[in-house]
Amino acid sequence: MTIALASVLEIHPQVAVRPEAFGALAYHYGNRRLIFLKHPDVVTVVQALHDHPDVQSTLSACGVTQDRWPSFIAALTSLETSEVVREREITG
Amino acid sequence: MSAKSLVEEMKRGLDAPICLTWELTYACNLQCVHCLSSSGQRDERELTTDEAKKILDDLRDLQVFYINIGGGEPMVRRDFFELLEYSVGNGIGVKFSTNGAFIDEEKAQRLAAMDYLDIQISLDGVDAATNDAVRGEGSHAMAIRAMDNLKAANFGQFKISVVVTRHNVSQLDEFKALADFYGAQLRITRLRPAGRGADTWHELHPTNAQQREIYDWLLKHGENVLTGDSFFHLNAFGEALPGLNMCGAGRVVCLIDPIGDVYACPFVIHDEFKAGNVRDEGGFAKVWKQSDLFLSLREPQSAGACASCGAFDACQGGCMAAKFFTGLPLDGPDPECVAGDADEALSVIARGSAPKPGMDHSKPITLTRKRLPVGA
Repeated sequence: MTIALASVLEIHPQVAVRPEAFGALAYHYGNRRLIFLKHPDVVTVVQALHDHPDVQSTLSACGVTQDRWPSFIAALTSLETSEVVREREITG
Repeated sequence: MSAKSLVEEMKRGLDAPICLTWELTYACNLQCVHCLSSSGQRDERELTTDEAKKILDDLRDLQVFYINIGGGEPMVRRDFFELLEYSVGNGIGVKFSTNGAFIDEEKAQRLAAMDYLDIQISLDGVDAATNDAVRGEGSHAMAIRAMDNLKAANFGQFKISVVVTRHNVSQLDEFKALADFYGAQLRITRLRPAGRGADTWHELHPTNAQQREIYDWLLKHGENVLTGDSFFHLNAFGEALPGLNMCGAGRVVCLIDPIGDVYACPFVIHDEFKAGNVRDEGGFAKVWKQSDLFLSLREPQSAGACASCGAFDACQGGCMAAKFFTGLPLDGPDPECVAGDADEALSVIARGSAPKPGMDHSKPITLTRKRLPVGA
């Protein structure tokens, strides 16, 4: 899946995120993988995904300036591949 | 952030361990000659069910994702399943190591019905002769029966856990084939001179030529084989093996022993590496975050005698426990240094003069078990 500014994402329900000094550790209880989120801003964005309609509004709300969006899209793409985030399921 | 600086971050320690080993009991039906915890008999100070649950509450609060349970033989504990269910119910996944003695058909089905559970069956030889020489008579059949039961119960991918010795290095391909047959994953780890292993390490540890064999084999198969990152001393051969390539003791790893003592890693049950006890005020969290020992392990460590070696970045001087229990200085080469830099120092350390493991729960050797030859 290609992640774009319009993507609607959430943290994978089987993933736990634990903040650490360098960013955070994410653990996927399904595939037992440990993933490192290596920047605190990426952690903030990942944890805010659920509260905003799409990636772009999440980035704006988290105060990420536009020149950094490409690197955040790249980070989210990689996190989607490792199943830390996924396409949000529409409920209710 | 590059991989290297991530490792530097990890060396400064984490808010909670990634890899926490909890030996539930010193009781064991076996008496493996390389047992890291010198297990055999139950310790009467063993943590109670309530105390164990309190620890699991603390680990949940620390957001520890999963724990590695071992022993002794953890399934000996009457509250084994109760603690398993309590842990998983608290969001803490469990991987437990067992010799398989107690995984009958019924237990296999019960285990297969649980989520977030991994099982490691210990096996140190593909054939009974190789395995039983280390793990005791009948232990090969015991492990195979457990694996058959797990397979029949559709447990899914369990792990076959092998401690690599000089007698089974040549069986690595066969171990892999055995794991494939069971739909299991192979895990191979390094033999440490800890516990009863301190007495047998000199006879059992792989030769220098075999270390090269292990390295080459891991380069070829490493992506599909677990190692607990235990072979990073072999990185001095060249290309790095998969994994973090660092000693995690007290930084990302620790051990809680059956009586609640917290050690820097599962291979250093000795007062020198004891950080505290979970029964102390503040519990496990305080030991992890504030103990003098763990704080000192998170300080930059000296390369010592290895500072001038070009391979230091690759091997990091190897394993602290392996050095300690062979009597080598901690800021020098690993006893299995692939450049041979520890050989001279090792050769002058008199047998028996290295530090002794801290606690011994081995069963007494009785005349019924080891009958002396008539006339001896």
